[in-house]
Amino acid sequence: MRSKREAGFQDRILDLFTSSDALVSVVVVLLGFAVGTVLLIMVGRNPGDMYSAITQVLSGYDLRSGVWNARYIGEWLVMSTPLILCGLSMAFAARTGLFNIGAEGQYIVGLTVAQFVALYGPQVAGLHWMLAVVLGMMAGAFWGGIVGALKAKYSVSEVVATIMLNYVAYFASRFLTQLIPGANTYRTPSFSQTARLESPFLMALTNGSRVNYGFYLAIVSVIVFWVIIEKTRLGFSLRATGLNKDAARFSGINVTGSIGGAMAISGAFAGLAGAIVALGSFSYGRVLGGYDNYGFNGIAVALVGNSTAGGTGIAGLLFGMLNSAQPLMQSRQIPKEITAIISGLVVVFISLRGGVRMLLEWRMKELARKGRVTE
Amino acid sequence: MKANAIEMIGITKIFPGVVANDKVDFSVAEGEIHALLGENGAGKSTLMSVLFGLYDPDAGSIQVRGVPVRIKSPNDATALGIGMVHQHFKLVRNFTVAENIILGMEPRTAWGDVDLAGAEKRVAELSTRYGLSVDPHAKIENITVGMQQRVEILKILYRDAEILIFDEPTAVLTPQEIDELMEILERLRDEGKTIVLITHKLKEIKQVASRCTVLRRGKLVGVVDVASASEAEMAEMMVGRSVVFRIEKAPHTAGGVVLRVENLTVLGPKGVPAVRDLSLEVRAGEVVGVAGVDGNGQSELVGALAGLLPVKSGRILLKGRDIASLSIRERIKAGMGLVPEDRHIHGLVLDFDLDENLVLKSFRDAPYSGLGGFLDFRAISKHAADLIGQFDIRAGAGPSTPAKSMSGGNQQKAVIARELDLSPDLLVVSQPTRGLDVGAIEYIHRRIIEERDKGRAVLLVSFELDEILNLCDRIAAISKGTIVGVLDAKDADERRIGAMMAGMRMDQTQSGTAADTKGGVHAL
Amino acid sequence: MNDFLRMIPSILMIVSPILIAAVGGMICERAGVVNIALEGLMGIGAFTAATTHVLLEPSLPFSIVVALLFATVAGMIFSLIHAFASITLKADQVVSGTGINLLSIGISVFLCQIMFKQERTEPFRLGMMPGPLGIYPTAWIALAVLLLSWYFLYRRPVGLHLRSCGEHPQAAASAGIDVKRLRYIAVLISGALAGLAGACLVLTQTIQYTVFTINGAGFIALAAVSFGRWLPKGILGSSLLFGSSVALAIYMVNIPSLRFLPSEFFSVLPYIITLATLVIFSGKDYAPRAAGQAFDKGRS
Repeated sequence: MRSKREAGFQDRILDLFTSSDALVSVVVVLLGFAVGTVLLIMVGRNPGDMYSAITQVLSGYDLRSGVWNARYIGEWLVMSTPLILCGLSMAFAARTGLFNIGAEGQYIVGLTVAQFVALYGPQVAGLHWMLAVVLGMMAGAFWGGIVGALKAKYSVSEVVATIMLNYVAYFASRFLTQLIPGANTYRTPSFSQTARLESPFLMALTNGSRVNYGFYLAIVSVIVFWVIIEKTRLGFSLRATGLNKDAARFSGINVTGSIGGAMAISGAFAGLAGAIVALGSFSYGRVLGGYDNYGFNGIAVALVGNSTAGGTGIAGLLFGMLNSAQPLMQSRQIPKEITAIISGLVVVFISLRGGVRMLLEWRMKELARKGRVTE
Repeated sequence: MKANAIEMIGITKIFPGVVANDKVDFSVAEGEIHALLGENGAGKSTLMSVLFGLYDPDAGSIQVRGVPVRIKSPNDATALGIGMVHQHFKLVRNFTVAENIILGMEPRTAWGDVDLAGAEKRVAELSTRYGLSVDPHAKIENITVGMQQRVEILKILYRDAEILIFDEPTAVLTPQEIDELMEILERLRDEGKTIVLITHKLKEIKQVASRCTVLRRGKLVGVVDVASASEAEMAEMMVGRSVVFRIEKAPHTAGGVVLRVENLTVLGPKGVPAVRDLSLEVRAGEVVGVAGVDGNGQSELVGALAGLLPVKSGRILLKGRDIASLSIRERIKAGMGLVPEDRHIHGLVLDFDLDENLVLKSFRDAPYSGLGGFLDFRAISKHAADLIGQFDIRAGAGPSTPAKSMSGGNQQKAVIARELDLSPDLLVVSQPTRGLDVGAIEYIHRRIIEERDKGRAVLLVSFELDEILNLCDRIAAISKGTIVGVLDAKDADERRIGAMMAGMRMDQTQSGTAADTKGGVHAL
Repeated sequence: MNDFLRMIPSILMIVSPILIAAVGGMICERAGVVNIALEGLMGIGAFTAATTHVLLEPSLPFSIVVALLFATVAGMIFSLIHAFASITLKADQVVSGTGINLLSIGISVFLCQIMFKQERTEPFRLGMMPGPLGIYPTAWIALAVLLLSWYFLYRRPVGLHLRSCGEHPQAAASAGIDVKRLRYIAVLISGALAGLAGACLVLTQTIQYTVFTINGAGFIALAAVSFGRWLPKGILGSSLLFGSSVALAIYMVNIPSLRFLPSEFFSVLPYIITLATLVIFSGKDYAPRAAGQAFDKGRS
């Protein structure tokens, strides 16, 4: 029989774990870094190099040479933008109780459509890129909406459907993009300047990085996410559906409609990410040779951010920091995959959060059963 | 003197907030069919779960065939020859009958493979010996509920059970299957088995049991000899006379018909009608109660009224308008307020705050919702503050109290407040005081009478007979999905209603004696 | 038609890893644990096999067998994470599986960097050689794995127990079966088989392990399990179908009659078929009923 003090301490840790989600996220990230650090030491590398690379990316300041270059900060933001948006995509669906891991496919669809509009749209300054971005979002919404409809009408699991559609999007994108006259196996002709998201102001600010209007759009998206979820009737219905589908239905909320709408909006965020990458980071259309992986990494972002607007924003910046520090790490003999390892560990640890909560509830029930009555 | 098969002495079992068994003595002689009778929540299932090793008793002891034992798990119970046929079958739906029976104790061939042929032979043997006809090759998902139950019985006979516990076995059976089961029970007894039959159905007790132990609210009421006790006597023991308190209420003057249910049929979870051809009327300014034991179609009736369950046939007329095909939201708009039986599943979103819960049905309308679909949280909060005052809801942080941190009574008050706030013409309340303390119960009862005095039509569905007798102007007894009879409050007493709830027809209760129909057609 | 017949060995080469992984997925899900980490586990297996083989090739004539063995063990060890998280800690199985997919790419390429100073393994000289009729031994391995799985699932008591855990764990528990232990075993077997599948893939289809080696084969295996309705016969058929589709995408340049179709058509076919079947068979549910739910002793 454990001592009473031990039991109390353990209870308090568990209480802490289940009451503050933000705390859990922080602890999990720190744990991920801790394991990563240990792993580096085990293979004979210097973890300090990893941290100095990260610092450089965050501040632009190179600890080794004492030189300050804002370009790193810019690239960090460029990397974070699609991560934040794909994170918002999964987070939005999660608030409605859906597990949308199809952000990769919705991203690809948005990217592909944006590329098409960039090449064939009206070459009017301002209008061109806005049209491309909007159509990219709508394409993403459509791709997500398919899943929503399948789930609502045929009860198809959104987990399997989104994985399948990710691949369909990838191959469809390759096929369609190669149809463009003048395209070869890896790129299309270049876009006109009117289609690009380049911002001379931001570029100058960050010493020539690729930071573009997309970053503003990401900030706006975070705000829009928050407003929709917290402040509108739609958000209210979605949150109710996500927290207690039965009570929502009982109160007259249209649950199947909510699911479809949520998947569409979720897809729109990811589609926006694709459009931003297509038009902000490249001056020509790409025939995808692999996955950009923003969609997949968006899963980790949403989980760490606990599916809230602000949390996802911060988590997106965190993972963006990790990813944009990769080239620097490589140059310092730190295998860049350490970031993927940390991401993976973070996701696995976070999957335990729900489990820890369930464990705690089970323990409470066990105690009650054995006669220890606690009110 | 032969030892009793089972001797349970002074069993006490406490769960948070409720004493499920309070120093209960229970003894079963070898080779008898012994009934365990009581209402919902009387403690019968708990007592048997203790016997079967699912729960540890907080006090008391158990002897099996005169030997003191400690039963810590179902495996211990099985080793002692005790087997339980659960109310919710534990069968793997796409395994065959034989596979389900032998699961965990498979006969093996020389190679160590499963000897399916040998298994089927053994199953056939048991089946013939006890007259439990099953098809060993059939898959569980394709056989009738009656056969599934026989498979459950064979499972425990396969493990050489001598003492068989049946938990509400007829709850899911058709009348014909019930007759078959009664025959099976007698045959098992003739083969020397000892049987405990947990039930609330008096007719069945009369049919097969020799003695009957009656529990009420966790306590032992008494043990009767079934042959010499009447159904009415057993009903009275089961239902009792304890009344928490009486409410003073003015005689009512009923207005026009607000709700008329006509020949309603609603299918239950297994595709069998749970509500059969049910008709009911509620007028403005009256409280009509639906009294019955759990499992007779009340949940499905309320579900159909709410719009959660589809109507197979029949009509639901609210102020003359058939709402059976309306969506849930439309019914709310048509004037139906509904307090669901489970406030945690249907009533509240526990992770929401109190004010959000209070507008769950009305958040789309002004003043909570404004231009562009934006919510006006100040209006929502003020609305909650109003209702907190009106209904005396105790919420630690006011309108922004998380619903899950409120006590059960206050949560229920919140649900009621939300419904009444919409001024519905019809208020349906289902198990409104389940799990609540006396103070909350009193408040809710008073509130219901107030609404009735204001001219609302109230339909009260409850398993608590005291509550029904206390509040209702007219009482309809429901049994097996249909209304057995409707009494005016002044003509009703516990005995008559208890008898109706237990399945007797109204005309049979009037004279105070029950008609015995062994093996014949059930009254309904 | 002749073109097609000539392609059979190549088709079998591609089908084999998919089938092996699918058998693992089937066993795991029949026991009630969803395992979408097959992709990542195959990666771990492929990496382990490629590394072992390239290191031992100069000194050991049967280094391929050792490579297969190590890969199987590596997959099993890695899947322990998923087992511990999902079964003991009752974590969300889909999230934990996703995490493992991320982890596996990370760890495998990380170790490549440490060991080989590049983001891939050193290419080995000679992979697995085809046997009689030009058919690779992996095809026979796959067939053996399938037959063994059928035997154990449907003829042995342990198979009956395992299947009951995935359908109605409470019924299994009340029959005295240790549900948690069986589920652990099932997850570890699926990890071992996925590792083996990854090894077969890398040793027959390519010369080294890179991030592109597995390229969705694990997800195709998952789709094959679903399309095959979680039955050995079914997943044999679906693996053949999906594997052929993948093979055709690669080799269709050799088949004049099919050249008018874009290669993406064949690549995307397995996924479209899976989606279509999910919709068409949406009425019936062939998945093991309790798959994905943590086993809670308290529930009735």
